[in-house]
Amino acid sequence: MSSLEFENLNVWFGDGPDRVDAVTGATFDVESGTSFGLVGESGSGKSTILRALVGLARNWSGRMTVGGLELRGYKRPRAFYRDVQMVFQDPYASLHPRQTVDAVLGETLKLHGFSDIDRRIKTLLDDVGLGPEFRFRYPHQISGGQRQRVAIARALAPEPSVLLLDEPTSALDVSVQAEVLNLLVDLRKERSLTYLMVSHDLAVVGHMCERVAVMQDGEIVELLGVAEMRAMEVKHPYTRHLLEASVGYNPREA
Amino acid sequence: MSVSEPHKESWREWLMTDAPHSRGQARAAAWYHGWLTFRGNAMAMAGLIILVGLLLVAAFAPWLAPQDPFTQDLAGRLQPPGSEGHLLGTDSLGRDILSRLIYGSRITLYIVLLVALIAPGAGLLVGTIAGYAGGWIDVVLMRITDIFLAFPRLVLALAFVAALGAGIENAVLAISLTAWPPYARIARAETLTIRSSDYISAVKLQGAGPLRIIIKHIWPLCISSLIVRVTLDMAGVILAAAGLGFLGLGAQPPSPEWGAMISEGRKFILDHWWVATMPGLAIFTVSLAFNLLGDGLRDVLDPKSGDQG
Repeated sequence: MSSLEFENLNVWFGDGPDRVDAVTGATFDVESGTSFGLVGESGSGKSTILRALVGLARNWSGRMTVGGLELRGYKRPRAFYRDVQMVFQDPYASLHPRQTVDAVLGETLKLHGFSDIDRRIKTLLDDVGLGPEFRFRYPHQISGGQRQRVAIARALAPEPSVLLLDEPTSALDVSVQAEVLNLLVDLRKERSLTYLMVSHDLAVVGHMCERVAVMQDGEIVELLGVAEMRAMEVKHPYTRHLLEASVGYNPREA
Repeated sequence: MSVSEPHKESWREWLMTDAPHSRGQARAAAWYHGWLTFRGNAMAMAGLIILVGLLLVAAFAPWLAPQDPFTQDLAGRLQPPGSEGHLLGTDSLGRDILSRLIYGSRITLYIVLLVALIAPGAGLLVGTIAGYAGGWIDVVLMRITDIFLAFPRLVLALAFVAALGAGIENAVLAISLTAWPPYARIARAETLTIRSSDYISAVKLQGAGPLRIIIKHIWPLCISSLIVRVTLDMAGVILAAAGLGFLGLGAQPPSPEWGAMISEGRKFILDHWWVATMPGLAIFTVSLAFNLLGDGLRDVLDPKSGDQG
């Protein structure tokens, strides 16, 4: 069980005159066992926070801790990746086109030093609601929703306590979105996982999360609970703007 | 996992299934799908058939050749094609041209296979390391590649052969040394797009090191475009080997290397056209076959088109 803490986090890309600040002064924490949502429009730096946490965005300053342990630089020990895993946005891009489901999960388990790989692959597929017939398929032989389930199985393989979700459903169509979201809700209940979820869809965040941070241009403009969000008790005009936009028309119809 | 009994269902069903039961079946099915795509391309099949024919000819040369390729018969020199016992005629020393072509196919295959192993192998190694590592490693490796690219291929090969000494092994080495830079560039370009993809990030998040990522995740995706490039380049390699042979720096007489045969026939090209033409036709046919095969393989192996399947 690990909690996440971010204090005055800055993340940037490039150097000198090309420097672009993606996140500035982000401060929030995620209690262990809860689900936290980051919302904001494209380019507001939500995903960058996740990428800095796992070491994919290399330039950052400030403080990040996982379970009380402070992170440094961009290299993470293997133990970190057993504890923190990530599900990527686009399931069409996050699976190797030449590897079967079996190869993807098998390699992940092997890298984390498990020995009973065969049994674990079966259990993982079962956990994410895929039958054994999916085991030896290539990504192009399965649908987007099924791919995302495989990606979730891969993230669950090392039995992490923290799952970072980078818009896990935005690339899927609406009916499949609901299935994958429900799967994520169930998994969190069963395994008491901590979720840090990025989304631009307030309805998704309202469904999944207990607390929400609203981001605009790399800054967190407001932190609020889901109950306040539902009651439209918000202070910052940008949050109100987002909320009204999501109420004004149903984004799921689009 | 044991392979399920393929005899209950037909082999075809077993290969076409959407739900393979084992690793082996999944791999076999993927190959079979590729084969089906390839078989649909008539030109590529023609190329493949010619090359399989070349392989068989090379393998069974002693049985296929009507005469010894080295036996000279000065009384029967420069016989035209179709003359008694010499289907394609004889050369200036009375040796049977058909037999020499058949034995020469072994030399051609030897050159092609060695170059096809060395040049793309070296290019893949240099290109993926440069592309994945980036920074100063990338700069150093790519500038070396540029230096090799800046020379005309045959001239550089000539320089190498001159330095190493004439002979078929040195010709292969020289051709490989001049052929790897384009492969390095392709491999680097592929690596640059692959390394920032989500599936590579995902493997990194499992704690995989750069060596494992390059070998197990980047190479399989680079290799297909390299194979296509190799088959398309093979024509050039055969021609370069023939060119070196023609200039007297490749295979040495009396070796029946096709380029060397053309070189010998040059002296008689006006009065006895077949001496140079027959090996020329052989080179032309094999080069064409490789080009056709390459075109077909490009359709099968392109990972981007495979994605949509």
